[in-house]
Amino acid sequence: MDTVRYLDDDGKPLRDIPLSEEELLAGYRALRRARHFDERALVLQRQGRLGVYPPFRGQEAAQVGVALCLEPSRDWLLPSYRETAAAITFGMPLSKLILSWRADPAGWGAPPEVNMVQFYIPIATQVPQAAGVAHALRLQGKDAVAAVFIGDGGTSEGDFHEGLNFASVFDAPLLVVVQNNGWAISVPTQKQMKVQRIALKAQGYGIPGVTVDGNDLVAVWTVARKAAARARAGEGPTLIEALTYRVAPHTSSDDPGRYRTEDEAEAWKKRDPIDRMRGCLLHLGLWDEEKERALSEELEAEFVAAVEEADKASEPRPWEIVEQVYAEMQPDQQAAWNYLHGGEA
Amino acid sequence: MATMTLIQAINKALDEEMARDDRVVVFGEDVGKRGGVFLATEGLQQKYGPERVIDTPLSEAAIIGAAVGMAAHGMRPVAEIQFADYVFPGFDQLVSQAAKLRYRSGGQFTAPMVVRMPTGGGVKGGHHHSQSPEAHFAHTGGLKVVVVSTPYDTKGLLKSAVRDDDPVVFMEPKRLYRAIKEEVPEDDYLIPIGKAAIRREGRDITLISYGGSMVETLKAAEEMATAGIQAEVIDLRSVLPWDKDTVLNSVARTGRVLMISEAPRMASVASEVTATISEELFDQLLAPPVRVSGFDTPYPYAQDKLYMPTVTRILNAAKRVLDY
Ligand SMILES: Cc1ncc(C[n+]2csc(CCOP(=O)(O)OP(=O)(O)O)c2C)c(N)n1
Repeated sequence: MDTVRYLDDDGKPLRDIPLSEEELLAGYRALRRARHFDERALVLQRQGRLGVYPPFRGQEAAQVGVALCLEPSRDWLLPSYRETAAAITFGMPLSKLILSWRADPAGWGAPPEVNMVQFYIPIATQVPQAAGVAHALRLQGKDAVAAVFIGDGGTSEGDFHEGLNFASVFDAPLLVVVQNNGWAISVPTQKQMKVQRIALKAQGYGIPGVTVDGNDLVAVWTVARKAAARARAGEGPTLIEALTYRVAPHTSSDDPGRYRTEDEAEAWKKRDPIDRMRGCLLHLGLWDEEKERALSEELEAEFVAAVEEADKASEPRPWEIVEQVYAEMQPDQQAAWNYLHGGEA
Repeated sequence: MATMTLIQAINKALDEEMARDDRVVVFGEDVGKRGGVFLATEGLQQKYGPERVIDTPLSEAAIIGAAVGMAAHGMRPVAEIQFADYVFPGFDQLVSQAAKLRYRSGGQFTAPMVVRMPTGGGVKGGHHHSQSPEAHFAHTGGLKVVVVSTPYDTKGLLKSAVRDDDPVVFMEPKRLYRAIKEEVPEDDYLIPIGKAAIRREGRDITLISYGGSMVETLKAAEEMATAGIQAEVIDLRSVLPWDKDTVLNSVARTGRVLMISEAPRMASVASEVTATISEELFDQLLAPPVRVSGFDTPYPYAQDKLYMPTVTRILNAAKRVLDY
């Protein structure tokens, strides 16, 4: 099975690029914006100003390329914890994302114009739900698609299979994007499954499966755009395997030294999605150092403002614990609420 | 004698059981090369090889289901679920299969297996890394459910669990993994499942707890002692079966009882224990039994400290029981 690629490892186009100059520039900007967030988030984490944080370094193109072909107020995004880059590109305010990774409830929930469900932590649970979202879109006659993300490890869970089967049986307008980043914490993809290509699993559901170079933004964008068009046309789901690499630790609490050497990560860093996209822009004469500097300044200013905004969020009040359990508070929650207002436990 | 943390006691128990019985295999997500995310199985793969300490695919249903199959086939699997919160994809295998295999095969097959899992809150884990789901299992005849609170007990109870002829859910309060150190003998000792420990003797009130909340319960008992109140403190150690005799004997003497657990209150182990006390000792009670528990809500990240029974909450509740 071939891997779809448009750029070589340096970003030089291997064939005609089916994206406009504006799109290429917007794509690069989206990659840089995500990377900037990731780098600065890790600094905040080390300062104790974020909770446990799952970095996505090296996986930006695999996420940004999908998010760019979705329309946030029409389509739907169901991300796992790994997909902060997809969330950023899809329009989630950075301040919300900072709060979210502070595990502050003020960061949960998206603005009304962004159809994103809060990051999923229990592995693969998002897949059957995405099948349901997509099925609902179809039943309601909406011209919209859903995109769900999962990791290579996540494909071993029953929910992955059950969700894909459901979606395919009903031709649900769904993009299932597997970021094959080589690792599920300490378990390499080769030990996770016998199949060589995750995209081959699509055959089991009678749907198309595509393997794409996940560090090639042009390739991911093009493949996802095609899958979305197919879904919109009522032809059902597509399984997209984005080949990429988790160059960073699993989360800020992980120590990869316990289970891998870094040579593989070093090799992948040479295929960095952002360097490649910049290479592409330079090759096409669309970019220069001046633009790069201006973009860095703009992104830093945006991040600083987002942190300021996030810092304004007030401490969650004790009784908020019970306020969002039911539409109407039930007796057991009422008892807790009374206690948290100074009553007896 | 070596001084050990709770996590070291787990490692030691597994090591000794693997050395003793080559039917014992350890498996789960990241348990091999990495030694588990909490390092409970650190070094075991190096020692016993990847055939006996197995990194599995990411599937709790397959981990627990395969454990049932291996157990039925004469092995002694010890499965690790990375967090108790992630047992649910394997819940069916545990509750509908492991627990019922003996019964539904007319006693032909059994599932002598252990499913270990870090449980409970207190580590800033939020709603998907902090739950205390023991009541789900305690509600299932056919399982045994252990919740440990000290390194010494952990070694003895885990060894008993491995040798038990029925499936044992072995819950390890993750906030205690490295919080306590105590002397743990080198020798091969067992602590029976179903036997509570009296951690402190007293005549004025009985405080019952298990797992992570034992820490706050013992602190509360100490504070009460400085005020002249002698609390008897019982650590259930296993919640299915639980040690009715020890509990009822104590409460029959004190007449007052408080049960403390960080699990949500509705249909909880605390509910079962206090209901049993009311049923059996109604006319000897000097005050109604009271529960101090977590709330019937998702486990809150930000309000971690409020959710779990604190020493203050325990003392306030104890005062109510004593003043009744
Ligand atoms: C049901 C469930 N089981 C276990 C975990 C613990 N866990 C968190 S991330 C992870 C590995 C996931 O790997 P993969 O799906 O490849 O995604 P990646 O983290 O590499 O993006 C595991 C085992 C979990 N969150 N949910």
